[in-house]
Order: sequence, then C-alpha cells, then structure tokens
Amino acid sequence: MDWWSWDRALEVLPELLVAFVQVTLVATVIGSVIAAVLGLIIAITRRTAPAFIARPVHAVMEFIRMTPIVIQLLFVFYTFNTVDGMTLGVIVLGVHYASYMAEVYRSGIDAVPKGQWEAATALSMSPARTWRKVVIPQALRTTLPALGTWVISMLKDTPYLTVIFVVDMVRQAENYGSRTFVYTESITMAGLIFLAASYPTSVLLRRLEKRLATY
Amino acid sequence: MPPTDSTAVTGQPAIRFENVVKKFGDNTVLDDLNFDVRRGERVTLIGPSGSGKTTILRLVMTLEHLTGGYIYVDGEPLTHLEVNGRRVERRPKDIARSTQKIGMVFQQFNLFPNMSVLENITEAPVHVLGRSSEEARTRGLELLDMVGLADKAEEHPTRLSGGQQQRVAIARALAMDPEILLLDEVTSALDPELVGEVLGVLRDIAKSTDITMLIVTHEMQFAQDVSHRVLMFDGGKIVEEASPDVMFTSPTHERTRSFLQAVL
Repeated sequence: MDWWSWDRALEVLPELLVAFVQVTLVATVIGSVIAAVLGLIIAITRRTAPAFIARPVHAVMEFIRMTPIVIQLLFVFYTFNTVDGMTLGVIVLGVHYASYMAEVYRSGIDAVPKGQWEAATALSMSPARTWRKVVIPQALRTTLPALGTWVISMLKDTPYLTVIFVVDMVRQAENYGSRTFVYTESITMAGLIFLAASYPTSVLLRRLEKRLATY
Repeated sequence: MPPTDSTAVTGQPAIRFENVVKKFGDNTVLDDLNFDVRRGERVTLIGPSGSGKTTILRLVMTLEHLTGGYIYVDGEPLTHLEVNGRRVERRPKDIARSTQKIGMVFQQFNLFPNMSVLENITEAPVHVLGRSSEEARTRGLELLDMVGLADKAEEHPTRLSGGQQQRVAIARALAMDPEILLLDEVTSALDPELVGEVLGVLRDIAKSTDITMLIVTHEMQFAQDVSHRVLMFDGGKIVEEASPDVMFTSPTHERTRSFLQAVL
C-alpha cells in the first residue's frame, strides 16, 4: 500500500498555496497590524489613563487572554452574523493577540529607565512628545523580537478560523482529502508550508534581537 | 568674586524655599527649609548622603512632589501657591512656564540613547522653544565645541565614555538657555580619571556665564572654586552656611567639621 505519493503531494500544492496566501497570510498580516497598533494603544492607556478607564481595559484584556480564541470566534460570528467570516476572523485574531502584545509593550515601557522621563521633564518636553520620541522608540527596540514571536503564534492560530467557516489552507487540505479519500499528503504539505513560513521568520527574529541588543 | 546681585533690581531671588517640607511616606527628608538663591549666585549643598541635598534639586525640577511649603522661581510660585490662606497646586501649564527656566544635569547623564548626540541637544530647543532646526543645530554645534566634543555630533551616546556623555548632557541643558542650572552629583558615576574633564567644562561655564547654579557635589575642591556660598545639610536641615573659604577652612559647627574631615 502506498502511504505517500509525491504526485499527490505536488498535485495538492497549488490549491494549498493559494489558500495560504489568500487566507492564512492575509489574516496574519492584517491581524498583526491590528494587534500591534491596538496593543500599543492599550499599553499606553493602561499607563496614562485614569483608573476608571484603565481598570476596565485591563479586565477586558484579561478576559480575552484567559478564554480560548475558538470561543471568541464563535461568539463574534454568531453575534454579528451579517458580517463575513473572514473579516470577523481577522478582527478577532487581531484583538486577541493585541491583549498579548499589550503585555509585551508594557514590559518594554516599564524597562525604559526612570531617568529618561526625568531628563525629558528637565527639558520641559510634553508627556506626548516624551512618549513619542523617547519612551516608545526605546520600548519598541526591546519588544520587537517578542512581538514577532506572537506573530508566529498568530500564524499558527489561523486554522481556528475554520470554526467560523473560513476556508483556510488546513480546511483546503481536508477538502482535498474528502475529495480523494486520502489525507496524508495534503495535511503534510499544509504543515510543511506552515514550517516554511514560520521557521525563517523566527531565525530572522533571533538575528534582529541580537542586532537590537545594542545601539 | 561676589555674585552679580540683580536681586536688588528685580527684588526677587532666583529661587526661594519657603517652609519647604518633603516626606517620603513617614520619612521626613526636608523639614521646614528656608533659604534663597540670588540671581547669578552659585550655591553648593554639601552633607552626608540622605541629608536631603538631591531632594532639594529634584523638588526645584518638579521631579518630586512638594509635601509642604512653597518654592518660588523668579518670584513666581513653582508648583504650589497660596490662595486665601489655602495651599493649592498650580496647573501643569503654569508649572511648565517656570520649569522652562531651569535646566538639570543628572548623576547618570540620562541621555536619550535612541538619538544622536546632536539630536539630544536640539530636540527640546526645536520642539519646546520652537526654534528653527537650523538655529538649534548651529547652537548645538557651538555648545558641543564648547564642551570639546564637536567631532561627536553624529555619534550615538552609548558609544561615548561617561565623561563625554556627561559633557553632552551639560551641552543639552545649556541649549535651553536656562536661567538656573541644577547639578546633581554630576561626577559621582564617573571613573576617577574622567572627573576632571567634566569639572573643567563646568568651571568654564561658571567663569563665562552668570547662570544661577545650585550644585550638589562631593568634589570639595570644585565646590570651593566655583561657589559663592556653601550650605551644609544634615537631617534635612541647614546646619551651617558660609562662604567656601570659611566653610572649608574654619567651619564653626562640629557636624560640619566631622563631615569635612571624613570627605577631604
């Protein structure tokens, strides 16, 4: 019995790659942008906003981090059932990972020495300018590698989008299997495509981390 | 040389401390402190660590919250003022107007590592004082030349020695044209062989400008050379106040004598 056929593997590859680019990659890229921007806004809000805003924001973030992304996807999908799954999925991924990235930013912001704030005060710089020109640039430097790690996590979480009927690469691989009654090649190839995307990214991140370690 | 006493002209000291109290929790660091610094005067604060010297500078720079009393800069209340017998805090905008007249150099330099040396110096003149970047650049290079670092303008601060970083920090403070300069143990974090270059720059500034200076230092020779007046602190109070010549040769108080014996 042939349990592996290179022909089948090559045959399924094009449709997998299309699904990868159209769904997995798009969701990861847009989701990452949402997560990176929203995460930073949340981190700054928690540091600067009065308690009656910062506390609820913190509570919501805590809730998002402590519940499975599948629950969040299903909840949003069946609550806002007029919006298409891909759009909702990307937003849920972005918000979900924003809650993690906010924590990364927070530690980066906390790591900026107090002396930097004091020097900015001594130069009469406004708090907004101090954030923009002094604190955030320094915090980003230390957080960028960790943020990248969450992007890889998000990439690997995109198959959850199938619970709200988005046909991503993994669902595409399953579809191939249900058409041909053979799953091994298509699922394996999907896995290899994930590996091909995430491994170089993590190598790049490690290099980036080393380069950013010193000015 | 006595300070150029323009107090007579304006009627106001550069800095006035009035019943100043500073507590950290239950710990009283400054207890009912009263003294004036005249315009153009250079006053050095000496005393054992924990005596509140640095706290005084930090209060003037508004890096600490004033627990009680008032500080006046050029006769204007800095952070708090009295309204109908009640002590009220000023609005951040009003406080900022006063703090713009004040510059500070820190023990740890606190240069911005994400900016070049010149950017460190021009950032605030451009974005706080609203000067043109051309003007700020020219002035910045002038100041770098003055502190002997004209060739380091495009360098990153982390690539400089401690002494060089501190000279950049001095240039950065001067770029804001402060009326008052606060020097907080500016050589304490430096390797001994780098202390001289920083003190040399400060001596030049003391000689060539009439900026009011409030100095905390353990460099007693420097204090003697540049100050008009020396205040000896202990336990949050002024123990003794004298001209440097008197303070360092014939102090009256036993506490001053034992302190100077320990450090000289």
